[in-house]
Amino acid sequence: MNSLTKPRRWESFFWPVIAATALLALWHYSVIWTATKVFPSPLSVEKGIAELLHKHVLWADICDSLRRVALGSGAAIIVGIPLGLFLGWKPAANQVVNPVFQILRPISPIAWIPVAIIFFGVGDYAVIFLIFLGSFFPIVVACVSGVSSVPPVLLSAGRNFGLSTPRLLTRVIFPAALPQILVGVRLALGIAWLVVVAAEMIAVDSGLGYLVIDSRNSGKRYDLVVAAMLMIGIIGLALDFLIRSIEKNKSVRWGFRNAS
Amino acid sequence: MSLAEVVMAQPDVGQKLKLQHLGKVYGHDDESVAAIEDINLDVSDGEFVCIVGPSGCGKSTLLNVIAGFLPATSGSVTIDGEAVSGPDPRRILVFQERGVFPWLTVEGNIGFGLSKLPREERRQRIAHYVQAVRLQGFEHAYPSDLSGGMKQRLQVARALAVNPDILYLDEPFGALDFITRVIMRGELHRIWQTERRTILFVTHDIDEAVQLADRVIVLSSRPARIQEILTIDIPHPRNISSPRYLELRDELLKQIGLAYEI
Ligand SMILES: Nc1ncnc2c1ncn2[C@@H]1O[C@H](COP(=O)(O)OP(=O)(O)OP(=O)(O)O)[C@@H](O)[C@H]1O
Ligand SMILES: [Mg+2]
Repeated sequence: MNSLTKPRRWESFFWPVIAATALLALWHYSVIWTATKVFPSPLSVEKGIAELLHKHVLWADICDSLRRVALGSGAAIIVGIPLGLFLGWKPAANQVVNPVFQILRPISPIAWIPVAIIFFGVGDYAVIFLIFLGSFFPIVVACVSGVSSVPPVLLSAGRNFGLSTPRLLTRVIFPAALPQILVGVRLALGIAWLVVVAAEMIAVDSGLGYLVIDSRNSGKRYDLVVAAMLMIGIIGLALDFLIRSIEKNKSVRWGFRNAS
Repeated sequence: MSLAEVVMAQPDVGQKLKLQHLGKVYGHDDESVAAIEDINLDVSDGEFVCIVGPSGCGKSTLLNVIAGFLPATSGSVTIDGEAVSGPDPRRILVFQERGVFPWLTVEGNIGFGLSKLPREERRQRIAHYVQAVRLQGFEHAYPSDLSGGMKQRLQVARALAVNPDILYLDEPFGALDFITRVIMRGELHRIWQTERRTILFVTHDIDEAVQLADRVIVLSSRPARIQEILTIDIPHPRNISSPRYLELRDELLKQIGLAYEI
């Protein structure tokens, strides 16, 4: 949008609602017109969600998926941020590990599934490991670039007030790099949410990914498949929204271009 | 060290800062750039010294070496008879711009160097310097919500809060508009008169130098050497249309003019 006037409040709700409704309508009538027996209509998906909620499987699956993401991404944050800060602070060390990182980074965590199963067997740990892998690299990369773009003036100022290197890391470098680190975390969570669904289809028997594959396998319940897909989309959106709301915090907001 | 040198090394009474044959060369061999050369200067306690010189002559380099951020390639910096080997909270450098911590509020910035103080004392110190640089009402504001002039005042307050003996200011008002600069000049003078610190002040602005300084150091173009030292023997408050003021200002302009010609 290139207009300087902000859209009015009602407009910013109205048009998206219209678009969503139009899409639902298109979906609904496409199902009717093509007379498909396999693909569910929006109404049967809605019934599917109600059924899942009623049987209490949906909540359990959502919790399982979220728990795996929390553990895998949490571990990636706990390991990745200090490592990223260190590598950003010591470019010589970064040069040593960078080639390895550059090779590992483009490998989809999905490709690691067989390896994860060898390491951890079929089960939670394999899935958490895959999420860890998917989250780890974006966080480390964001940290390294965040640290290396800290303005030298701020480092000098920190030094001037007598900070030792460890204190400089916690009191200047980390807060200065935090906006970029948050961008990395948001990216990592997005990837984690993609990975958990794929990993759950293969390595475990709970979670939203399992729900999708199980609904298909046990009786071709495509209404439940689409219902689970919708839930995956909504929760992914909510996760993104959560991180974005952290980015609005005043102590990091300065680092974002569209600060408002 | 010979006996004569030991005697020489004794600090004079009231002398604060001593630069001896100070030189700084950037880089190595073919690509080396001499930024400052053979700078000799004595600054006494509580003195306000302005440093002027052509753009790119090495003024920032000089301050950074004196403040201990850059190692000197020759000569020495001595403060209170003690050689300077690195940055020290007893002397704070104020940067031209973007020197405040954007993730901290005004209070957080001023209190940055005070983490070792007891809580109550820290709070009082912060309140005092918020007052001193007239940022009342903005204690909880973030730098992104402050004007350029307010950010520079904040940087000065953060520096003063740790009670430094010496303040190094590297064109602190250089990025501000004319009117703000004049106001800030007055504020700095007021603070200097009440707090009595030694100040080394780099500036491009001749009027700023003649209005504030006890002495003005004129540097030559790169590599910077001391070209002239002007003592501004006008008592405060200075009348900026007095003959003596205009005379000194002309003298300084002449010096700078020469400097630009070289
Ligand atoms: N890190 C560096 N490496 C090599 N050369 C440098 C470096 N920093 C500065 N210089 C050079 O040293 C000279 C002096 O720079 P300095 O920043 O001290 O000048 P200045 O007088 O502060 O300039 P200005 O008035 O523009 O602030 C310049 O020619 C600059 O190119
Ligand atoms: Mg400079």
